[in-house]
Amino acid sequence: MGGITYQSGRAPHAKEHRVIFRNIDRAGWDTSIDTYRKEGGYEQLKKALGMERAAIIEEVKKSGLRGRGGAGFPCGVKWTFIPPNNTKPVYLICNGDESEPGTFKDRYILHQDPHQLIEGMAIACFAVGANLAYLYLREEFPEAARIVEKAIAEAHANGFLGKNIQGSGFDLEIYVHRGAGAYICGEETGLIESLEGKRPYPRIKPPFFPAAMGLYLCPTIVNNVETLCHVKHIIEMGGDEYAKTGTKNNTGTRILCVSGDVQKPGYFEVEVGKVTMGEVINDLCGGLRPGRKLRAVIPGGSSAKVLRADEIFTVGRGDDARKLTIWDIPMDFDTLAACGSMAGSGGVIVMDDSRSMSWVLNNLNNFYAHESCGQCTPCREGSLWMKKITDRLVAGKASPSDIDTLYGVAKNIDGRTICAFGEACSWPTESFVEKFRDELVADAKPSLESAIVNPETLTAAAGLCD
Amino acid sequence: MSEVKPDLVDVQIDGVWHRFPKGTRLIEACRQVGAEVPHYCYHPKLTSPGNCRMCLVETGMPPRSAPGAESPQPDESGHLPIVWMPRPVIACANTVAPNMGVRTTSPLAEECRKGVMEFLLANHPLDCPICDQVGECTLQEYSVEHGKGESRFREQKVKKPKNVAVGPRVRLDDERCIMCSRCIRFTDEIADDPVLGFTDRGSHTVLTVYPGRELANNYSLNTVDICPVGALTSNDFRFQMRVWFMRETDTIDVNCATGANITVFSRQNKIYRIVPRRNNDVNSDWMPDSHRLNFHWIDSEARLTEPMVKEHGRHRAATWSEALAKTAEKLASLSGSEIAVIASARMTNEELFLVRHLVRQLGATQIDIVPRMGEGDGYLISADRNPNTNGARLVLGLARPGDGLDRVRSEIEQGRIKAVLCFQENLVEDGGFSPELLGKLDFLLASYPLAHSTTGLADVVLPGACWAEKSGTMVNVTGRLQRLNKAVDGPGETREPWEILRDLIASLGGDSGVTSVAEIFRQIAAEVTEFKGLAWGQIGDLGLPLIETGETIPALEREKQRKAAGLIVG
Repeated sequence: MGGITYQSGRAPHAKEHRVIFRNIDRAGWDTSIDTYRKEGGYEQLKKALGMERAAIIEEVKKSGLRGRGGAGFPCGVKWTFIPPNNTKPVYLICNGDESEPGTFKDRYILHQDPHQLIEGMAIACFAVGANLAYLYLREEFPEAARIVEKAIAEAHANGFLGKNIQGSGFDLEIYVHRGAGAYICGEETGLIESLEGKRPYPRIKPPFFPAAMGLYLCPTIVNNVETLCHVKHIIEMGGDEYAKTGTKNNTGTRILCVSGDVQKPGYFEVEVGKVTMGEVINDLCGGLRPGRKLRAVIPGGSSAKVLRADEIFTVGRGDDARKLTIWDIPMDFDTLAACGSMAGSGGVIVMDDSRSMSWVLNNLNNFYAHESCGQCTPCREGSLWMKKITDRLVAGKASPSDIDTLYGVAKNIDGRTICAFGEACSWPTESFVEKFRDELVADAKPSLESAIVNPETLTAAAGLCD
Repeated sequence: MSEVKPDLVDVQIDGVWHRFPKGTRLIEACRQVGAEVPHYCYHPKLTSPGNCRMCLVETGMPPRSAPGAESPQPDESGHLPIVWMPRPVIACANTVAPNMGVRTTSPLAEECRKGVMEFLLANHPLDCPICDQVGECTLQEYSVEHGKGESRFREQKVKKPKNVAVGPRVRLDDERCIMCSRCIRFTDEIADDPVLGFTDRGSHTVLTVYPGRELANNYSLNTVDICPVGALTSNDFRFQMRVWFMRETDTIDVNCATGANITVFSRQNKIYRIVPRRNNDVNSDWMPDSHRLNFHWIDSEARLTEPMVKEHGRHRAATWSEALAKTAEKLASLSGSEIAVIASARMTNEELFLVRHLVRQLGATQIDIVPRMGEGDGYLISADRNPNTNGARLVLGLARPGDGLDRVRSEIEQGRIKAVLCFQENLVEDGGFSPELLGKLDFLLASYPLAHSTTGLADVVLPGACWAEKSGTMVNVTGRLQRLNKAVDGPGETREPWEILRDLIASLGGDSGVTSVAEIFRQIAAEVTEFKGLAWGQIGDLGLPLIETGETIPALEREKQRKAAGLIVG
């Protein structure tokens, strides 16, 4: 069975540390199971099938693996949330809805190394006791769906999926489910609703925590594509050894997806926390475009709060406190959180001084207004409102007080919605207004202050006064 | 705190400690202690999606002490200090927890409400002057109570479909919809007819009916009741009357033996609409459209407005005393065995009690009612379409109501029965009496609100008030005693059936000794075993269980299951 061979791309940068992306763009590599097995593929699944389930979970806990989808929640801890007295079936869902703007890592795993994911999923399923797993792929990944379907068939034919895998008595089926094109399907409970055939309205938590009441109200573990791939390597290395890569509490490697105003945008797998923002921009990406200065960076996908190029960040507490410039920030979960943003999905968006911050914010607001599912009030009404304000701002039809309104709207969304989309759509506006207020106000026109009214409100008021 | 039962938890609401059963939703706990939390999407009979975000409250829990650290000390009331959380939570779906604190009026809670109100109004049309919901619109009410009073919204509002006929009886204005999803959940969870849903995303979300389908089920108008705004309106009621002009009368539905609790909205003796009234032992919050809309005949042209007597084959208007005297004169010439009395299970217990009195007075031996059996709908419509069959059983002592009608018919045929007194029934259409058969009688009295085929044959016609024009009690299918309350006056010379019966008894030389419905009830309580010891004032707005019938109401049984499963508050 011949696999799909991608044209080999550039070799990894010296500062990269490739584990998950070991085979991506590699000369001579293809997606077939034969190629995968030649390099030791599915050996970790065999090893895992000989281990105690609790021991696998323990290794994953020891590894310190944190979710690579956006929230950075410890993977092994998540797995232990399944109620111990559970009698229902357990499901595992691989979240392949990669849709956070600025993020493009999972698609390469799906396109070029599908068996790595299948092996990771199979190990995870065995560990949590799931005999049925779903791979939820975003609608925009038709090619990935074909590739993964073929890989699943190969794994079946080779006895790595289906009944009694490798004589272990463990059964597992993996089904690919394709979404219909909505960002909200990346939210795990929205994804579950979508998988059940409904509108992907995220569920309220409590009571619908997936690990207890997930798919078909059964315990369900939802993990990101990259996260599940790491599981295979944790089994291979052992949790303690894995934890030696990366930095404390920010273990392992992760894939950074760099886009925007750099000379060589792309994906880079690095040890978490071992590479700084400066190294990412200047070394991995070949620096900014000639003659340009750094203006801002969104470090973890479009919903992460923006970092201003000339900010001084204070991280650490007490004796450990230190001041960092944007260039010094190590790319890990904790430091980026301490800087007021987040590592998120690993999508690093770089903006130089040619960019209008009003335009950037409007671009983001357009996306979120388009993608708000509309279930709960603040996000539904607020996301479009923010877009309409920044639409006017870039069209020169906003007044300075509109910036205050914009900020107020974002604050009224933040923390008050059913799901994290509320933060995802309000944090960009909050951070851009906090950090670039002068520029936004400069794009507004004071002369419009009293000229802009809502025509409908005005008409209604006039009608009432008659 | 040590004496707290394990199923009760201490919760502080707005600074005061209370005790609630475990599992109580915060919104219900707050309501019980008078701290009303505003809400749109929450409805105790439906699942809680938590989508409107209006019920956000501030909550806190006792501090979790770090391992090894000193544990926090209880205050003088024995309660641990509360650490308030920065993130508000919805009161509708979260339940009480031990030593939890809830703030419904804190700056955070009020700021949240203001924010949600501003969002809801951003794209809501300001067409209140032409909206039917005015006066009972929670968007208006909460705007006054929790709104900012001014709008920062300078943008064009989103345009959506208006005046959409989603079904034969319900109309939708999508621009007014606040996407609370109550109607969607009702059609899905209660009516088993999930034809409503949302399409499109974000602020462009529209409520719509599934292509090729319509909201036509017999419970569709309940969606209008639970719509918190003017998005769904009733074709029957819209633009007819402003709600604040109307008088509300709590009474019961008489279209079947369920006896759904209802409120009649009327103005100047005209009924404009009927809505269900919550009774968790009868109809929950719902009622069928077919029953709700069955009131327009009440002010129709066919109403009888004065007594009539037949002379030379033609009816002419008469006074009450003339009509009653003629009846008494006729009956005086007959023996009891020659008279049959056909009453109705649409009559109240009090009316039936006077029928019993009349029967005794006349010495009549034939007394029955007209049964009206159909099929139950599996929800709220009982197979028995008479509202008071159980009352007829108890008060008239009928073992098997309707079983005596065959004998009445054959005795008329044989000429042994010469007179029939028919109260609140139509013998020709509903009782199986042919006009030819009734033509054999020497005397036929018919009392009814409307002119119909039997009144056309009657020697004396007496206009009797309809259900909305009289008071009394009935016993429903489950054996529950409920009150019927007068909402409007009958037209013209119409009298309430109990008055007609009282006067008829008097004109026959008897004395019922009653001057009010309550008095008749007192007599029933003295004479009918099942009513022993009951007082008129005891019955209340929600009725009380009187007898065990072994019958259940299907919609309630399902509601109980859903409540037991924790899906709804109930």
